[in-house]
Amino acid sequence: MASPAAAAPPSASSAPRRSLLALAAMVALLPLALPNNYTYEVAILVGLNAIVCVGLNLLIGYAGQISLGHAGFFGLGAYGTAFLAARYGWPTPASLAAAVAAVALLAWAVGRPILRLKGHALAMATLGMGIIVAVVIATEDRYTGGPDGMSVPPLGIAGHVLAGERAWYWVVGVLLVATVWLAQNLIDSPRGRAWRALHGSEFAASAIGIDPARHKLAAFVLSAALAAFAGALTAHYAGFITPAKASFLHSIELVTMVVFGGMASSLGAVVGAAVLTTLPQLLTVFKEYEMVLLGAVLMLTMIFMPQGLVPTLGKTLAAARGKSR
Amino acid sequence: MLSRTLLAAASLAFACAASAQEPIRVGAFLSVTGPAAFLGDPEQKTLELYVEKLNAAGGVLGRKLQLIAYDSAGDAEKARAFTKRLIEQDNVDFIVGGSTTGETMAVVPLIEQAGMPFISLAGAVVIVEPVKKWVFKTPHSDRQACERIFVDMKARGTTKIALISGPGGFDKSMRAQCMGVAKNYGIEILADEAYGAGDTDMTAQLSKIKNTAGVQAVLNCGFGQGPAIVTKNYKQLGISQPFYQSHGVASKGYIQLAGDAAEGVRLPAAALLVAETLPDSDPQKKVVLGYKREYEARFKSDVSTFGGHAYDGLMIAVEALKKAGSTDKAKVRDAIESVRGLMGTAGAFNFSPTDHVGLDVSGLRMLEIRKGDWTLAK
Amino acid sequence: MSAQLVQFLLTGLTVGAIYALVALGFAIIYNASHVINFAQGEFVMIGGMAAASFVEAGLPLPLAALLAVAGAMLVGLALEKLAVEPARGAPVVTLIIITIGASILLRGLASLVWDKKIHALPAFSGETPLNLGGATLLPQSLWVLGATVLTVALLWWFFNRTLTGKAILAVSHNRLAAQLMGISVRRVLLVSFGLSAALGALAGVLIAPISFTSWDIGVMLGLKGFAAAILGGMGSGPGAIVGGLALGLIESLGAGYVSSAYKDVFAFVIILAALIFLPDGLAGRRRATERV
Repeated sequence: MASPAAAAPPSASSAPRRSLLALAAMVALLPLALPNNYTYEVAILVGLNAIVCVGLNLLIGYAGQISLGHAGFFGLGAYGTAFLAARYGWPTPASLAAAVAAVALLAWAVGRPILRLKGHALAMATLGMGIIVAVVIATEDRYTGGPDGMSVPPLGIAGHVLAGERAWYWVVGVLLVATVWLAQNLIDSPRGRAWRALHGSEFAASAIGIDPARHKLAAFVLSAALAAFAGALTAHYAGFITPAKASFLHSIELVTMVVFGGMASSLGAVVGAAVLTTLPQLLTVFKEYEMVLLGAVLMLTMIFMPQGLVPTLGKTLAAARGKSR
Repeated sequence: MLSRTLLAAASLAFACAASAQEPIRVGAFLSVTGPAAFLGDPEQKTLELYVEKLNAAGGVLGRKLQLIAYDSAGDAEKARAFTKRLIEQDNVDFIVGGSTTGETMAVVPLIEQAGMPFISLAGAVVIVEPVKKWVFKTPHSDRQACERIFVDMKARGTTKIALISGPGGFDKSMRAQCMGVAKNYGIEILADEAYGAGDTDMTAQLSKIKNTAGVQAVLNCGFGQGPAIVTKNYKQLGISQPFYQSHGVASKGYIQLAGDAAEGVRLPAAALLVAETLPDSDPQKKVVLGYKREYEARFKSDVSTFGGHAYDGLMIAVEALKKAGSTDKAKVRDAIESVRGLMGTAGAFNFSPTDHVGLDVSGLRMLEIRKGDWTLAK
Repeated sequence: MSAQLVQFLLTGLTVGAIYALVALGFAIIYNASHVINFAQGEFVMIGGMAAASFVEAGLPLPLAALLAVAGAMLVGLALEKLAVEPARGAPVVTLIIITIGASILLRGLASLVWDKKIHALPAFSGETPLNLGGATLLPQSLWVLGATVLTVALLWWFFNRTLTGKAILAVSHNRLAAQLMGISVRRVLLVSFGLSAALGALAGVLIAPISFTSWDIGVMLGLKGFAAAILGGMGSGPGAIVGGLALGLIESLGAGYVSSAYKDVFAFVIILAALIFLPDGLAGRRRATERV
């Protein structure tokens, strides 16, 4: 199976730096095009999904693993902070940090046995984990409010509360740019190269001294922590959280965003999140045809751009530029 | 002088006419697709039908109604996004919607912040308890449904029951409410079983209940496919104890699916389902019969209580608009709270600052399924 | 107590047989293409919904069932021809996303072509429960079990005694070698999709009298079938059957003896444990070497 390493940007970091600048510019300039709070909300949701996807892309696109249960980490981050803040009165920055730390710890504990599996067995294991989390959250309604969800206090400290779409937009925008910067730096580091080697062939990588277990675990834990972080932020932003956020359908959505946008490309993950978050909002005007259209768009895009949106567009642009010389 | 007056009068008249052309925007987000589709689908149809009828009769306050409805597919996040869209982009005057409790609760922060009158069509009592300034609801709460069932059980001398419920928000909420109020009616719950989403067979759970000594009746809190399967399994296992369902299955579809197994099942439901058999003296008859006939004539399908909730919501809003004399949101909200004696499909609504559901248990009738049709239980 | 155990076992086997048929569908497509077909559950849905709508239109049940299975097979063939074949060289993950898109598309089409209501099929031979050692069994369950056994037998004959079947097996063992022997991998893919679709539709038709059908039942059943296929060892036919039956039994016994609210958690925990200790599944093939 040809690894997407062929589609990955070269480690000479001009291309990633350009894409990071482009992203930062986009985040800074987008508000000029957003007419009302509803559009801000969509932008914020895109940003939050993108944070998860960039992390998930590190696991899928670079380290070559698969996770069909990442919504579980997202949900645990969300419910963790909600629970600590709402039931125990923790200040929300503390509950958020604690939730993310707890999920990272859980991912570390669970990842060690699970990451020994490969391919569809790993897919099933992560899928199973996600479902277990979702069912437990939905069933223990005394603690979590059950399937109807629970309220979450807003993010804030010492009386100052982060509220309103504009404020959240900037916070999420900055966090997204920071996440992509972190991801791109990781990819260019020895660890990132180790991940790409693992993706190419675990066997060969271990032959040159790369410990697969340690590196896979690192990618897994990092992506889980990012998912939990985004989940906790989502909970505080929306003021409400339901178990649907931990469902396996959501997990599938996240993987779809990563692959759609282009694996082994952090920008691809952001683009994938952006397109697949806004598309349902746009397609809603078609009412009952929405699902059909969404499915068709997914299928056609993947058939004609099998490497994903960003790598394919990148290649087309490069070819066009090459022709014009 | 005269020409200036004429000019002023003309421009005033023009301004009035211009604002009179402005339609009253009715916002809605409903679960038309997704797991709660059989809630949202009749709700949407009902809203469309009655907005049309109201417009044909001249509109409200001399203005036409314009319905802006989105499909939130039972997803709380979509409900939030659409509510924001309705408030910020579509500039609606009030919102009727929220087929499920999860979706309703998710938008409550937005509603309260924006000061938008909102009438929810969902069931759980948590929507109006504690009372939220801008949030009202039309269906009987699940607690009221439990109480109605327990009243009937008590009358039959039942004191020990078993519960079986599904995974949904409706199921779990009703189960929690029933467990909470059971003691008030001297009812003890001996067994508490559950089934999952998409489960195809509940004989294991029912078999456990069957083998629990002392169970005098079984109550199934759920809606959708699950209760129909439970009903068939109930008959298959030959369990003879009385079987109660929730108002979640108050539609002909349930009887069609469960077939013979539904014979003798009891459930609390709005008088809407037995509209024809109500005595003429029944105060609800006129409204429920009217709605039933109009819905069935237009859509060629059986009426459901869920569509009735949407009817009630719209009529309450229209009544409030008339009382307030304008679409000013604060005035409309106050007007809703002052609505008294408005007869809907669920019963007579009497709102107050402390009661945002406005119904008492009398609108909930105990029905029994006999020969494949609804009858009032004796 | 033992009558209750018999009840749990009978329920578990009935549900398990359905999972087994769905799992077989996954296994066949995986063998031909290494793709996990996320639209497999929709074939189950199409089978049930199509049969229900034919019956409601007045057709006799056997004809309706046959047409439904044939219709689903056509959908499967169309899916392969229009979606999988054009994307032939793409990475496996892309193909999987294509099937995810297909699953969304099919569900959307189902809600348009039919509706969003729940439909039932009449039971094949009545609804009077049979008594078996103190437990009850619906006649429909016997149909489910019988049809599954018959299907497995037919599949065994197909894979071992017909040329097409052997060609499919060859491709699953070693695609390149099969091509070198003159086997058209494209045709094998086409047949695999058609066959899997037919199996899924058959499951849908069999289960509809017991647990009804609607436009979105495919999601959960597809998930459980996938889990069963992996439990048994992805790509192994007998594994799919064993996995399906095992999953059905685990669920039923878990609901009966552990906790009905957590029966799905119980089942997945067991699957996780099985995967960790038996990574190739209950009946999976061990790969002797990992290729670099």
